[in-house]
Amino acid sequence: MSDITEDTVRHLANLARIALTPDEVTTLTSELAAIVDAVAKVTEVATPEVPATSHPIPMENVWRDDVVSDELTVEQALTGAPDHDGSRFRVTAILGEEA
Amino acid sequence: MSELIRLSAAEQSELLQSRQISSVELTQAHLDRIAETDGDLGAFLHVSDTVLTIADEVDAARAGGVELSPLAGVPVAVKDVLCTLDMPSTAGSKILEGWVPPYDATPVELLRAARLPILGKTNMDEFAMGSSTEHSAYGITRNSWDRTRIPGGSGGGSASAVGAFQASLALGSDTGGSIRQPAAFTGTVGVKPTYGGVSRYGAIALASSLDQIGPVARTVLDAGLLHDIIGGYDRHDSTSITDPWPSFADAARRGARGESLKGLRVGVVKDLDQPGFQPGVTARFHETLEMLAAEGAEIVDVSAPNFEYAVAAYYLILTAEASSNLAKFDSVRFGLRVTPSGTPTVEDVMSATREQGFGAEAKRRIILGTYALSAGYYDAYYGSAQKVRTLIQRDFAAAFAQVDVLVSPTAPTTAWKLGEKLDDPLAMWLSDITTIPVNMAGIPGISIPIGLAEEDNLPVGLQIMAPAREDARLYEVGAAIEALLDAKRGSTFSALTPAYTGGSN
Repeated sequence: MSDITEDTVRHLANLARIALTPDEVTTLTSELAAIVDAVAKVTEVATPEVPATSHPIPMENVWRDDVVSDELTVEQALTGAPDHDGSRFRVTAILGEEA
Repeated sequence: MSELIRLSAAEQSELLQSRQISSVELTQAHLDRIAETDGDLGAFLHVSDTVLTIADEVDAARAGGVELSPLAGVPVAVKDVLCTLDMPSTAGSKILEGWVPPYDATPVELLRAARLPILGKTNMDEFAMGSSTEHSAYGITRNSWDRTRIPGGSGGGSASAVGAFQASLALGSDTGGSIRQPAAFTGTVGVKPTYGGVSRYGAIALASSLDQIGPVARTVLDAGLLHDIIGGYDRHDSTSITDPWPSFADAARRGARGESLKGLRVGVVKDLDQPGFQPGVTARFHETLEMLAAEGAEIVDVSAPNFEYAVAAYYLILTAEASSNLAKFDSVRFGLRVTPSGTPTVEDVMSATREQGFGAEAKRRIILGTYALSAGYYDAYYGSAQKVRTLIQRDFAAAFAQVDVLVSPTAPTTAWKLGEKLDDPLAMWLSDITTIPVNMAGIPGISIPIGLAEEDNLPVGLQIMAPAREDARLYEVGAAIEALLDAKRGSTFSALTPAYTGGSN
C-alpha cells in the first residue's frame, strides 16, 4: 500500500506550484494512492543488474557550433507575455512581506 | 458533399497535377465539409482564414510551370500541439488560450515549403494527456462512425477530421499511442515514426523521451507521402536522427504491388493478444493473420514477458517528464496569468494560474510525476521505470531477431462511449497497453484498418511494428495488407464510412 496522505498531496502541489482546492486534494489523494499501488509493480523486475534506459535511441555529444542563430526579437519574445514593459517581462513581487 | 473530398490525397494530387481541379476548389470543398459537420464533430479548434489564399498561390505557381512537390495544393490539418505562426497553438489547454507562437514547428514549416494549404488546428486531450480527447479544455470531439462515441486520443481531432473527410491528411503526435489508437477507432491510418525520425522542434512537449510527430491519413500511401515531407534531420532538434531515409511513398507503392508478404516473417506478440480483448477485435485480428499465412507469410508466436510492466513504467516516465516540461507554464513569458487579490508574490500568481489553467488530468499527472521524482522515491519509481524500459527494449530485440515485423491489435477494444471511462483514470490508462511498448522502445508503429467488429460495427485496427529506423517496412507491409483487404472487399476501407452529416445518426 502506498503512503499517500492529504499532506503528501498538498506538499506535492506546493512543489508543482498548483493551488489545489481542498476538494481536489481529497480526490487526488485517493486517486494517487490507487495509481501508485498500480505502478509500483515496476519494482518487481527492476533488479540491480538491469541498466536504466533514459533515451530510446542513444546519442552522445550532440553539439552545434557556438554561434548565435535563430534568435527572436524582443518584440517577438514579448508577443505572448501576460505583462511586460516593452523590453522585459513584468511580474509581481518575487519575495513576500514576511521574507 | 463533394466527391472530391472522398478521394485519397494521392488521387487528389493527380487531379491537381493534371490540372483537372484547382487547389482552391479542393480546399473550398474541405472547408464546406468542415462548415457542414464540425459544429457537431468538434474536430477543429481553429479554422484558418488564409488557407484559400495559399491554395490560390499554389494554383498560380502550378499554372506558371513551377516545379511542385507531389502533395502541393492538397489541404492538411494540424494537431494543435504544433506551433503555427498564423494560428493559435493551445495544445488543448486553457493555459495557452489564444497564444500565437513566434515561430513555426519544423513539420509545419516543411508543410508550408511543400505548399500544402493548412486548414486549421485540430482538437486534442490537454497537452496530449488522454486516450479519448475528452480532456480537451475546448470540448469533445465525436467519432463520425457513431457520434455517441469517442474518436480515441489524444489526437482525436486529427483522426476524426480525416475519417469524416474534412481533410485527407493531418499531423498528429504519439507519446503512448495518440496517433495509432485514434486511427484504429476512426478507421484511418496513423504512423508513429522511429523516435528522432521527424523533428519535434515547435511541438509542445509532453514527455520528451517518448513524443514523436507523425502522419494521419486514410490510406497507407497517403501517410507515406506526408511522412516523406515531414521526415528527416533537423538541427533544431538534438534527438533528430541524421541518417538519410528512403521514400516511404515508394515503400507503400512497392507493398501494394503484392509479393511483399511471401516469406515475410510476422511475429504475433502473444502478450498483446489477450483473452480480455473485445471478441470482435480478436476475430478481425486472427482473420488477418490467416490471410497473411495464405499469402505465404510465416506466422510466428513471440513472447514479450516484460510488456506486462510497460503501462506502469510508462506512466511513471511520462508523468515525471511531463511535470518537468509543464513547469514552463508559469504565467511569466506566455499564456494565462491569474493574479489573486491582495499583494500576491510571483509564486502565488503561478500557483493560482496553474490551478485555473490546467485541467484535472494535467493536474493528476503533474502531481504523480512530482511524486515519482521526489527525493526518497526517485530510485524506486522513476529509476525502476527506466530499467523496465531496458527490459522492454530487450523483448523487442529478441523478437526482431526471429521476425521481420511484429503485429497486434492496435487497441484492445473499438471506440467506447463518450464518458464511459472519464471517471476511472486507471481504466483509461490501461487502454493504451498495446501501443505503449512501441514508444518505450523508440521503434516505429503503424495502425491500419482491417475491418469492423461484429458486436458494434466499429473499425478495428492492426498495429504493425518494425525495428528502429525500419519505418519503410511498415509502409510496405501495411500497403500490402491494405491492398489485399481492398481487393477482397471490392472497395477502400473509407468507402465503408457511414454517411455523416453533422447531425444525429
